Amino acid sequence: MATLVLSDAVALRVRSGILEQTGATAAVLQSDTMDHYRTFHMLERLLHAPPKLLHQLIFQIPPSRQALLIERYYAFDEAFVREVLGKKLSKGTKKDLDDISTKTGITLKSCRRQFDNFKRVFKVVEEMRGSLVDNIQQHFLLSDRLSRDYAAIVFFANNRFETGKKKLQYLSFGDFAFCAELMIQNWTLGAVGEAPTDPDSQVDDMDVDLDKEFLQDLKELKVLVADKDLLDLHKSLVCTTLRGKLSIFSEMEANFKNLSRGLVNVAAKLTHSKDVRDLFVDLVEKFVEPCRSDHWPLNDVRLFLNQYSASVHSLDGFRHQALWDRYMGTLRGCLLRLYHD
Amino acid sequence: MPGKLKVKIVAGRHLPVMDRASDLTDAFVEVKFGNTTFKTDVYLKSLNPQWNSEWFKFEVDDEDLQDEPLQITVLDHDTYSANDAIGKVYIDIDPLLYSEAATVISGWFPIYDTIHGIRGEINVIVKVDLFNDLNRFRQSSCGVKFFCTTSIPKCYRAVIIHGFVEELVVNEDPEYQWIDRIRTPRASNEARQRLISLMSGELQRKIGLKVLEMRGNAVVGYLQCFDLEGESGLVVRAIGTACTLDKLSSPAAFLPACNSPSKEMKEIPFNEDPNPNTHSSGPSTPLKNQTYSFSPSKSYSRQSSSSDTDLSLTPKTAPSPQGPRIYLCPSSPPLSCGSLHLKKSCLLLSDSSLAPHHCSLGSPVLRKSVSFSEELFLAASGMGSGSAGKEGGPFKALLRQQTQSALEQREFPFFTLTVFPPGFLVHVGGVVSARSVKLLDRIHNPDEPETRDAWWAEIRQEIKSHAKALGCHAVVGYSESTSICEEVCILSASGTAAVLNPRFLQDGTVEGCLEQRLEENLPVGCGFCHIPYDELNMPFPAHLTYCYNCRKQKVPDVLFTTIDLPTDAMVIGKGCLIQARLCRLKKKAQAEANATAISNLLPFMEYEVHTQLMNKLKLKGMNALFGLRIQITVGENMLMGLASATGVYLAALPAPGGIQIAGKTPNDGSYEQHISHMQKKINDTIAKNRELYEINPPEISEEVIGSPIPEPRQRSRLLRSQSESSDEVTELDLSHGKKDAFVLEIDDTDALEDVHSLLTDVPPPPGFYSCNTEIMPGINNWTSEIQMFTSVRVIRLSSLNLTNQALNKNFNDLCENLLKSLYFKLRSMIPCCLCHVNFTVSLPEDELIQVTVTAVAITFDKNQALQTTKAHIEKSLQRASADTEELLQFPLELCSDSLPSHPFPPAKEHLESASSNSGIPAAQRATSVDYSSFADRCSSWIELIKLKAQTIRRGSIKTTVTVEKANPMGEGNFRNRSAPPCASSTVGVVKMTPLSFIPGAKITKYLGIINMFFIRETTSLREEGGVSGFLHAFIAEVFAMVRAHVAALGGNAVVSYIMKQCVFMENPNKNQAQCLINVSGDAVVFVRESDLEVASVQQPTANCQPLCAGGEVTT
Repeated sequence: MATLVLSDAVALRVRSGILEQTGATAAVLQSDTMDHYRTFHMLERLLHAPPKLLHQLIFQIPPSRQALLIERYYAFDEAFVREVLGKKLSKGTKKDLDDISTKTGITLKSCRRQFDNFKRVFKVVEEMRGSLVDNIQQHFLLSDRLSRDYAAIVFFANNRFETGKKKLQYLSFGDFAFCAELMIQNWTLGAVGEAPTDPDSQVDDMDVDLDKEFLQDLKELKVLVADKDLLDLHKSLVCTTLRGKLSIFSEMEANFKNLSRGLVNVAAKLTHSKDVRDLFVDLVEKFVEPCRSDHWPLNDVRLFLNQYSASVHSLDGFRHQALWDRYMGTLRGCLLRLYHD
Repeated sequence: MPGKLKVKIVAGRHLPVMDRASDLTDAFVEVKFGNTTFKTDVYLKSLNPQWNSEWFKFEVDDEDLQDEPLQITVLDHDTYSANDAIGKVYIDIDPLLYSEAATVISGWFPIYDTIHGIRGEINVIVKVDLFNDLNRFRQSSCGVKFFCTTSIPKCYRAVIIHGFVEELVVNEDPEYQWIDRIRTPRASNEARQRLISLMSGELQRKIGLKVLEMRGNAVVGYLQCFDLEGESGLVVRAIGTACTLDKLSSPAAFLPACNSPSKEMKEIPFNEDPNPNTHSSGPSTPLKNQTYSFSPSKSYSRQSSSSDTDLSLTPKTAPSPQGPRIYLCPSSPPLSCGSLHLKKSCLLLSDSSLAPHHCSLGSPVLRKSVSFSEELFLAASGMGSGSAGKEGGPFKALLRQQTQSALEQREFPFFTLTVFPPGFLVHVGGVVSARSVKLLDRIHNPDEPETRDAWWAEIRQEIKSHAKALGCHAVVGYSESTSICEEVCILSASGTAAVLNPRFLQDGTVEGCLEQRLEENLPVGCGFCHIPYDELNMPFPAHLTYCYNCRKQKVPDVLFTTIDLPTDAMVIGKGCLIQARLCRLKKKAQAEANATAISNLLPFMEYEVHTQLMNKLKLKGMNALFGLRIQITVGENMLMGLASATGVYLAALPAPGGIQIAGKTPNDGSYEQHISHMQKKINDTIAKNRELYEINPPEISEEVIGSPIPEPRQRSRLLRSQSESSDEVTELDLSHGKKDAFVLEIDDTDALEDVHSLLTDVPPPPGFYSCNTEIMPGINNWTSEIQMFTSVRVIRLSSLNLTNQALNKNFNDLCENLLKSLYFKLRSMIPCCLCHVNFTVSLPEDELIQVTVTAVAITFDKNQALQTTKAHIEKSLQRASADTEELLQFPLELCSDSLPSHPFPPAKEHLESASSNSGIPAAQRATSVDYSSFADRCSSWIELIKLKAQTIRRGSIKTTVTVEKANPMGEGNFRNRSAPPCASSTVGVVKMTPLSFIPGAKITKYLGIINMFFIRETTSLREEGGVSGFLHAFIAEVFAMVRAHVAALGGNAVVSYIMKQCVFMENPNKNQAQCLINVSGDAVVFVRESDLEVASVQQPTANCQPLCAGGEVTT
């Protein structure tokens, strides 16, 4: 295995034309490459706990290079992460790495590293209080960007969001990471913890779990579609405002009730963890696909969602304004991100 | 002066998990010094314990302070079973004993275990309170400073250079004691580490005492080695040069006191002025009055030294009659004019030993011209010494007398220095060397005086007499080494015969006026080349011409030396590394037969090595070798010779002649053609090399000089009949032309191969230069980027039936490939120069060849590449700056080899692995060709190349085989100290370099000597990545421990770093391996010059190094 990889590396370097540039022989290149591997082997242990790399005495590495090493080691492939995102980071998944490797064309060794990185980060920050991104940054010394990506990966793995369905294939890791960030900011316990409501609560102040209470409360939103008057009122408010502003106004008008039912039902279902997992599937099925089939331009979607959320404030009979905002504020952001081809 | 040692254990970090159940460790620490032990509390369940202990205080003798290392053991507490050791730290507290060096040792030290390597770190603080003690009969020598650097350390001034100090201590090797059968490998390794550390502490203390006796206060060029004699014991020996040093107040004024008329010295060692301001005397300012004293040289302290020292103190007046001896002296007796027993010994075995020459040269009369330079490897240089000098003759004579008187009081007028204060070196005679083969034997009676000292004394005596034969009173650049295989040991010593200026050797007895006049007479930049011996009574055949520089004195045509190029030497072009490599098979034999076989082979080895060197030197178009180091290594079935030197073109010496090839069968037309083809190739190579190294000597027409000496060169195949009296030199002019002095005769395929191998020596890739001296002659615009590296290669020869050629080729390829891979790794540093390239060969087992290389790559600025013929190196060294730090052993190449670096996903795995890089050891296995068996061709191989011309000059050869029942060494009560300690503070950057300076920086303080010894053993070699992985990791760990120790002393660099030993043994069948490494160097504080400037302008924040490692490396 190792030798195979070594010869690959050598071949790659040969192709880069280094032998011609330097006049070195293949044997020299081979032994040089082996040296790199050996050093890497010694470094890899340290990279598993990056703060160790900072304090270790074996290698003198300037800080900028340390950062580069860590960053490169924790970097991952888009194709790979899409395969694993939302899956349980368990041995079972690890066994599937062969298939993932074949499917994505990423070497198994690389898949293993990426998987192990995900798992390692997950294990360390899983039970930690405080901001997920900060925790990751502190324990793995990653850049801000990479820390956010890992936060998304951890968040998805913890909540097991389904991302592998065919319907969702058009979505990139970036799309999910964007949503994850919004959800972490608004829907988790950490989000509440920062609010003045219960700063010292015994409830775990964690970013990785969705706020259960919040999910329970979401059932209250059902009234928006269950109450026919409320639904009609809502529709008329939205339609009045948007008339003339949307290119697809008639389609919107025709579909309003369906769309609204879809969005509110998604909220109401989130009490069950199974339905939480299907959140993205539902969003795509209930909102993205209908809009797309009617060829809504993105801007119209934005106008619609803004109006759709804002109009609820004018519904006198509706008492859960704060809850609605917490839900819809995030959902609106997510939907806009998810709405593309 | 007794003292109080205080130790505080602060904390630990990254400890290994010792309790599998909890994944944690209950660690505590034992602090041991001498026989006293303290313990910290157990810090439960943590991998990062905070002990924050009280101060543990040890009240001890200063003798113990010098000998003993502080031993810190980290353990895991176990309620039910024995406590498990996690690892140890040995801390050498010697640096705390100087009045001015470090005041505290404080920092993170790697916790080291001989089986597991580094296991976490421990933070320790150590202090010493010394009480003054004026006891005359003291056994301690606290305060004597030790430097590995072989020049006067940069921030000191040499007041007096006293001379040679040596000492050795012996003990049983714990690995061979009976108890080793029942103890664990770990216990055995630790016993060994501790013992060696104890012995080197004792050795240093004893040498210190000798220095104090000589009224010196420091040892410069301190070289300590240990000989693992196996069953017969463990020898730790050291040599050095005693000096009286004076601290220079301002770091800017590092010039040694060359111009300063102050000859006084201080009485009390080491009372350097604590207040730097009072001392702001530049080199030219007279120093403030100091108490007069003088160096008594010979009166070494006997009481203090171990039983064996006495032997060395008695100069031999007669051939030492102990035991049966076999003297081999294949060289011409008249050369060894100095020593009586040489001649005698010659008679003993002359028949057998001379036989090979006869057959090789055809005529016994020729002996002299091919005389093997076993010991006298004279290359010559000159000054019209004595009668020869026309001008300044009387002064020289006077000078000579003085020097003589100064030196002759000494038993051994040797100096381990390789770089000297200007004016110190007057003339250089040539390389002198001596080897002797000894049989080791088990020590039966440990109380009996040791024979090792006698052996060395004998060799030194020989060196001395060779120097005398060259008209020199002193030997500079002196070093000693051993090679041991089973019970046979080759002792070697070599140095450069020289005439020195007495001013530095003694107090001010020399008249000032005389000095002045002498100085006026000394020609600048070429004086050292002038022959010191009598032109009419030359010790060996040489071509003398008038100096090409001053035209006044005679110079030889080639000069070999073991020293660095003098700073004022005039060099044309650049220098280059020249190596001669050689293997000779030998039959396996036992004891005496083996020793005899080896000593029979030695002269041929020497001869061949010398021939190779000479050929390669000529091929490079150069005329002098500096830093010559010849290593002969003995293995079970072969001998290896490796000579490294830096070739240069000295302006004062005549241009080297070419190489002429002559075939044996001149009638054969095709053969002739072949020969002429080869000749052309050689000529082309010489021309190419001249261009490459920029050797463009100014054309001087001989007429102008008047060519007072008929050029005695010859090109014919007529051998010069050298008669016994050396004054016939001038009559022997058989030359047709003067440029083709060197004739290679090709008479069989072997010779052909040798010529081929000459030509196949590949020059380094463009942009690279290499040398084994401190800096490259001809380059003086160094930038401050330096990168030290160590590389170890082991090859296994597959077959038992090897021929010499196959072996030679293997060995040659091994060295060449090693160099090639270094060039490859360092490609990002171009243009750069590999300096201080130090090759070490060992034959650890039957079919194993191990080559270890340490060197430093320094970049230089190509644009302002001034080629100076007068290299004033000191200045150049201080030039330039730009911050770069060394990191790993090589800079990481993160975006290696034009791999596209994706901003987001780094693509494939192999990319990233390949890109993390660092250089150390690449061990490799090669299988070599098997060949027909090697009988006893040793006597005939010499025919391979016949040297016709006169240029080979050597003295006599003597190989002594002493078959002697070695008697037990003083088992003794050795106390120890100085050991494998290690440390680090907040991970500061510590530079390591084999050089004595740091380009672009100033050394402001010497903190003490670093001398560490480590053993690493594994029983899972394969799992640790095989030989390569094991060595790679171990060397990295050693580096880490050295750096940590330096950082704890408050230093930021190690200069004059050397890996003195790297002994690797493996047992692939058992999946085991063991490696011993001994390193040393000087811990220093340096300040970047750019920082100095900044500091003067801005704030004094300049010298603080950034936390956790330094700047950037350009890759």
